[in-house]
Amino acid sequence: MKRVYVNEEWCLGCRLCEYHCAFANSGKTHMASALMNVKIRPNIRVEDDGKVCYAVSCRHCEEPLCVTSCITGALTRENGVITIDGARCVGCFTCVLSCPYGCVRPTGQGAMQKCELCLTNGGVPRCVIGCPNNAIVFEER
Amino acid sequence: MAFTLLFPDFDILRDPNRCIKCRVCERQCANEVHQYDEEHDIMLADENKCVDCQRCVTLCPTKALRICENEQVFRKNANWRAQTIKEIYRQAESGGVLLSSMGNPEPFPVYWDKTLINASQVTNPSIDPLREPMETKVFLGKKPEMIERSADGTLKTELTPQLELKVPLMFSAMSFGSISYNAHKSLAMAATELGICYNTGEGGLHEDFYQYGKNTIVQVASGRFGVHKGYLEAGAAIEIKMGQGAKPGIGGHLPGTKIVGEVSRTRMIPEGSDAISPAPHHDIYSIEDLRQLVYSLKEATRYAKPIIVKVAAVHNIAAIASGIARSGADIIAIDGFRGGTGAAPTRIRDNVGIPIELALASVDARLREEGIRNSVSLVVGGSIRSSADVVKAIALGADACYIATAALLAMGCHLCRSCQAGKCNWGIATQQPDLVKRVNPDIAAPRLVNLITAWGHEIKELLGGMGINSIEALRGNRLMLRGIGLNEKELSILGIAHAGE
Repeated sequence: MKRVYVNEEWCLGCRLCEYHCAFANSGKTHMASALMNVKIRPNIRVEDDGKVCYAVSCRHCEEPLCVTSCITGALTRENGVITIDGARCVGCFTCVLSCPYGCVRPTGQGAMQKCELCLTNGGVPRCVIGCPNNAIVFEER
Repeated sequence: MAFTLLFPDFDILRDPNRCIKCRVCERQCANEVHQYDEEHDIMLADENKCVDCQRCVTLCPTKALRICENEQVFRKNANWRAQTIKEIYRQAESGGVLLSSMGNPEPFPVYWDKTLINASQVTNPSIDPLREPMETKVFLGKKPEMIERSADGTLKTELTPQLELKVPLMFSAMSFGSISYNAHKSLAMAATELGICYNTGEGGLHEDFYQYGKNTIVQVASGRFGVHKGYLEAGAAIEIKMGQGAKPGIGGHLPGTKIVGEVSRTRMIPEGSDAISPAPHHDIYSIEDLRQLVYSLKEATRYAKPIIVKVAAVHNIAAIASGIARSGADIIAIDGFRGGTGAAPTRIRDNVGIPIELALASVDARLREEGIRNSVSLVVGGSIRSSADVVKAIALGADACYIATAALLAMGCHLCRSCQAGKCNWGIATQQPDLVKRVNPDIAAPRLVNLITAWGHEIKELLGGMGINSIEALRGNRLMLRGIGLNEKELSILGIAHAGE
């Protein structure tokens, strides 16, 4: 099963992945129109303390705490990918509290959001395509 | 002085209809040109710091940025050009020698661009390299005068060591120190995959790169940094660097700020100390002295490796090459005045030395006249920009070409010519760890392989067009060249006829 992996050695901390993620999930066709004057809510985020930096996104855990803790069954794991059904999410934030990686976040409009490996955005995660240094890869391990 | 008379060289144009204030430009610029103003929610730029490396332009996800020439002008003056005036301002402020990087950018004639290649028509068939074999492999080193075989056909002549290259190209010397660990690793990986060689430059060989030894030329220069027996034995050939095209007649100076960690270990000098390569080798003041070093190195490596002597193309190059050929060297490398550098005094880079085309033609002719052409191979560098330049160089008499600027471009260099600042935004000419990681060898090495592979295809096409099926058959074949717009003297030095003749 292909996953998104991050090679810390090559992460430049440029945060392009964050913007590519936000754009991919905006439903718009032009990045400028999608992200102009918008506070982005990407599903991948760069952790950077000035010395070490790397991007973090959903690990699609085999025993996902977010799925187990979801009180409405909005979060499900199918074929190794954890997805969220926004219509069923009641915004209780339990998944946000339970994810050890901080990779489930509020959309700001009630429901939660998370990385779904760009399944509906062409199949190859846009953070991977947008990374200028091969620091984010989509591969079997 | 509280203020500067200098105005910025560049303008930074940001399209407000495209900028999404993602601040990638700000994070990627080591020169700190871009800045986000939180109070007004706008991106600002300080043009004074911009070197036009285009890192921000390339990485901007909405293509909102453009770096343009600053339109601010001085009053027109054919004698006092803007560049000249600015240099005077700069020196009046600093009191120092002007420093520059990469090759001579001045508008001197480029003879490659005034030379045209022949092709077969009607009477001699051209060759299609996609259908017929085409040999691009070359061997560099002293060639025997004659071959003797014993009665059973085995070779009696003792062959001298040769450097085998799959295409007549090598990556020329760039030291670990002047370029980053990752840039060096990319060159080593690419050279190994391509079956060619890269060159350590005068910075020693990092222990991680000994595994690429078969495709490494180890350099011995006037500072002798990082030279020891294991180093000499690690490479496929040893190069004695007498001079460099970008700065003939002067040595090198890698500032102490770049002598950090691994660079210091590899060079075998203390951290923070300036690495100063003297202008001359202090043990070489004659061809006889050079011969001593050539043979010392041969002794040290049991006569198993060819010795290259690299010199800058200067006025008396033919006589110098003749002397080198007699010193026991196996290969002469000549670096033309447009060759690159990590740092050189501007006046030297822009005014000293001669074009490689003329140097090559006169050296090849001189060695032939003296009957010693076969005792050395000739490698030329100093702005070989394309496969066509390679073919022209071989037709003028070269055995192979050295390329470096083209290789750096393949790795991302944008020729902003600011290497001396050590803040290369492309991670090449820097030792700053956050910048060094911008060259990922897994990306850069395949790009280098692509470049040389592409040139290899083009060389075959050009050879085939001339009805020639091997590099050997083109070498020194000046009938395949014609000059265009050249005067009689230039044509006679190049040893070629004018187009139409």
